[in-house]
Amino acid sequence: MKITQISVFLENRKGRLYDVCSLLGANHVNIRALTIAETESFGVLRIVVDKCDAAVKLLRDNGFVANFTDVVAVEVPDTPGGLATVLKIFADNDVNVEYMYGFVEKHSDKALLVFRFEDTDTAQQVLARHSISIVTRQEIEGL
Amino acid sequence: MDVPFWNKQVETLDRASLQAIQLERFREMVAWALKTPFYGKKLASVGIASPDDVKSLRDLGRIPFTVKDDLRRGFPRGLLAVEMSEVVRIHSSSGTTGIPTVIYFARDDLDRWTDLLARSITATGASARDIFQNMMTYGLFTGGLGLHYGAERVGMTVIPIGGGNTKRQIQTMKDFQTTVLHVTPSYLLHIHSQFESEGVRPGDLALTRAFIGAEPHSENTRRKIEDLLGIQAFNSYGLSELNGPGVAFECVHRKDMHVWEDAYLIEIIDPKTGQNVEDGQEGEVVLTNLIRRAMPILRYRTRDLAFLHPEPCECGRTHRRLSRILGRTDDMLIINGVNVFPSQIEEKIMKVPEVATNYLIHVDKKGALDRLTVKVEIYPKLFLGEAARLEALRTRIREELRSSIVISPNVELHEPGSLPVSEGKAKRVIDERPKD
Repeated sequence: MKITQISVFLENRKGRLYDVCSLLGANHVNIRALTIAETESFGVLRIVVDKCDAAVKLLRDNGFVANFTDVVAVEVPDTPGGLATVLKIFADNDVNVEYMYGFVEKHSDKALLVFRFEDTDTAQQVLARHSISIVTRQEIEGL
Repeated sequence: MDVPFWNKQVETLDRASLQAIQLERFREMVAWALKTPFYGKKLASVGIASPDDVKSLRDLGRIPFTVKDDLRRGFPRGLLAVEMSEVVRIHSSSGTTGIPTVIYFARDDLDRWTDLLARSITATGASARDIFQNMMTYGLFTGGLGLHYGAERVGMTVIPIGGGNTKRQIQTMKDFQTTVLHVTPSYLLHIHSQFESEGVRPGDLALTRAFIGAEPHSENTRRKIEDLLGIQAFNSYGLSELNGPGVAFECVHRKDMHVWEDAYLIEIIDPKTGQNVEDGQEGEVVLTNLIRRAMPILRYRTRDLAFLHPEPCECGRTHRRLSRILGRTDDMLIINGVNVFPSQIEEKIMKVPEVATNYLIHVDKKGALDRLTVKVEIYPKLFLGEAARLEALRTRIREELRSSIVISPNVELHEPGSLPVSEGKAKRVIDERPKD
């Protein structure tokens, strides 16, 4: 099952990341996972939140450039080599990862990772075939 | 002080004799201009149908001004007075709207222009004994080739190195013991700032003079160049519509530029009324080309602001001196010697669907060089969340702009609504370069 990541365009201006986070915080949106893609002149903030649709509306209403991106959250054993095992499956099955990042908090003894795939549907089939558990939208909202 | 001349007879003519030459050449130019569709109509409208209708230099005032837009509207051949087979060279500038300004030269035109440059170079005291490193851009821009041929005519040893590549410029100065440079003031200061890292020690170089032009600069900048490099720096003025460099040049006294009045009629006008002002008063420079037959230009409004010195120069030349360029009557920017109109930038930006309509042009200095930054707001609906696509967008905008304005600007992407909003006439250009 796909989950939704929010991408927010951040121009290179002091306090812009703070603006996003404080806006979400004040409106009780909880950030589950976060990463920033940075270039020399701007950044793109990528977040997974508990209330996705509300968060995007909130951001847009407040003048931010935000959009949805499909990603897949995967549970990986929180042990040495856990991530490598999953990545090997992707490599063996020609599944291209565009980027990935970790969750802010831990869900039991597993590590949660967010993957953005070139081809999300194929990636999900491969994950299912190898019995790798995918985190559902409901689980994200309840985290 | 030793005052060298290229053509002492012409350069020291008394005023009456100079005006006699001017009138003869002015009438000749009117004859050539009448051969062009553009001036044929323009001159007929003020009752000039043949050179015989020009009785004195005062008749110049009857002729309507020519502006840059006229040259564009006449593109490609509306101002051409000879058969294309007689044209031996074309120069061009990019222009503000994508239509270039084209300048045609016949063989004799190039010969006369080259002679003015030989005269200019000689007036600075440079001679056949000098090694001349020409650091201006070659090609369609008149600055490179103009001085090149003038320097060859003087008999200088010419190094046609062209613009850019600082390392090679410095190495060439060392290798050939260059004595004279032709360069924009900002690039010369940048070159100097690299001397230390390139291992240049005092005594390694043999520089004595620099011809500086193509961008406005203050007297302080000139002094700085002279002090830092231990050379003399000479101001130069010209524009391709009037052939290129060599319209006016400083002599050994370096107290503003002699306008070669046997080759150009100069007027200073009030840009609002179009009326001539007195010598010594600031106004817009208007020039009539007296030496180019392939493409005559009469009363061209340069948009440059300057004044003429009423008093004679110690060197003995009778040709009046023009002050440095004090400003512009339009919004043209000069970035490291390259002319850029904000409208060129706007035109390109507005064609990119991913950017919104608000933009800002920012100019400042990084070291000695000008830095141009174009800030655009992205269009929210076209943001798909990928940083790589935005980087590609930046690159695309930069390339689009470079194809139009020649130089490669820094492009910044901004959030919608973050740039100053236009209230009436939007302030789209912020120029933070020090005016010193």
